[in-house]
Amino acid sequence: MSDREQTFQTVKAQIEPFNKKGVNIVETTTFQGDLEWDSLTVMDFVAAIEDEFDIVITMNMQAEIETVGQLVDAVDRLRA
Amino acid sequence: MTETGLQPEAIDLDPPAVAPERDLFSKFDPLIAEREALLASGVRDPFAIVMDEVRSPTEAVIKGRETILLGTYNYMGMTFDPDVIAAGKEALEKFGSGTNGSRMLNGTFRDHVDAEEALKEFYGARHAMVFSTGYQANLGIISTIAGRGEYIILDADSHASIYDGCKMGDAEVVRFRHNSVEDLDKRLGRLPKEPGKLVVLEGVYSMLGDVAPLKEMVAVAKKHGAMVLSDEAHSMGFYGPNGRGVYEDQGLEADVDFIIGTFSKSVGTVGGFCVSNHPKFEVMRLACRPYIFTASLPPSVVATAATSIRKLMHAHNKRQHLWENARKLHGGLTAMGFKLGTAEPESAIIAVILDDQTQAVAMWQALLENGVYVNMARPPATPAGMFLLRCSLCAEHTTEQLNRVLALFGEAGRATGAIG
Repeated sequence: MSDREQTFQTVKAQIEPFNKKGVNIVETTTFQGDLEWDSLTVMDFVAAIEDEFDIVITMNMQAEIETVGQLVDAVDRLRA
Repeated sequence: MTETGLQPEAIDLDPPAVAPERDLFSKFDPLIAEREALLASGVRDPFAIVMDEVRSPTEAVIKGRETILLGTYNYMGMTFDPDVIAAGKEALEKFGSGTNGSRMLNGTFRDHVDAEEALKEFYGARHAMVFSTGYQANLGIISTIAGRGEYIILDADSHASIYDGCKMGDAEVVRFRHNSVEDLDKRLGRLPKEPGKLVVLEGVYSMLGDVAPLKEMVAVAKKHGAMVLSDEAHSMGFYGPNGRGVYEDQGLEADVDFIIGTFSKSVGTVGGFCVSNHPKFEVMRLACRPYIFTASLPPSVVATAATSIRKLMHAHNKRQHLWENARKLHGGLTAMGFKLGTAEPESAIIAVILDDQTQAVAMWQALLENGVYVNMARPPATPAGMFLLRCSLCAEHTTEQLNRVLALFGEAGRATGAIG
């Protein structure tokens, strides 16, 4: 498994507890449109991702992230 | 073409409706629909209350009914203090009804300076800066002191004015879980060491009325080299030996760099401020846009504020009575089985947690129709999507008033199924 694929799988696992609609998670899945997360869910999820990867995703960065793929890229960039 | 050039087209007196895809208001449709559904259920609009008369800090007339006010932030009951009113009248007569200008230019009068002097006395601080509202104080200070490449670290449950201050500025913004010392420590530890950092905290969080573990949080912030701002809007006048706030109560006067406060709660008028001992603090007057590009407060407002602040320094009886009232209401509601925002009475805000909007509005209306006004709060203002009836106490509430409030809460709670 490539590093990116591994990050994707970890992100996907972190999404599951918040995936109330049982949406199939792919690169292009959007947090707001597909998962229908409200701002509180996003906040809890971001905190979980930050702790999982030991990174900080600033609110400025969060504003630019719409899809799961974009989040995976951001996580890999922050860990580099 | 004639000499007159282009002629303006005649004004269309009956313009066609804006095409839906171009109507900027389309995005508000869900909000409009939700409000209409709520009003269609026959309840009164919780966000359209008018006080036709105000008789004291704790009583008003709403739609012809005498009503106990249990949802204002008039914690210390200063709005009808005779000395405060006299100071306002004198300033109104001597200095006129308004300043017509910015603090920076022609809008600083004797009483603006005096209000800042009163704040310095109250907080024992070297610098004080008065803004036109508390909202603008947070907006201005937060957006100005943390710049590009620097970091603001804030509690997830921060007030809207703190979030808006972050949005207005250029700093990187990081959130930590509400009141979690560990979460704050972890996030600060993950940030680069070099850039300046500002940790933004509140003494009392206004939705649930819970107090922050400031002592532990400030220690963590200092360990990571961050400056600390504490918003003490909901604690002024009744925490700590001098009533300065939660930070004083927890012994942090030497460690908190900036205190934000407001005149619209315990002080009993309108306005906001920041006090600090930072040696370069006065430069804020030249750099802070929400201070510069707005009109200053009317002379009567700053004169009432100065008088009220100086009286609050010695308001020991009021302080004691406010705490007695908080304990009485918290204890009475707990005994009836209501679910409250805090297990103990931590502040002058007692939040009753309800199941949903229907129940919250039904209880709110039952209380109002029997002469008690409380605040209804709902997401997104509330944490974790809660529906709340928020009671805020005043030092001037009498035992009789609180007994009546408790009796009515019992009736409304049983009628709506909030308690058994």
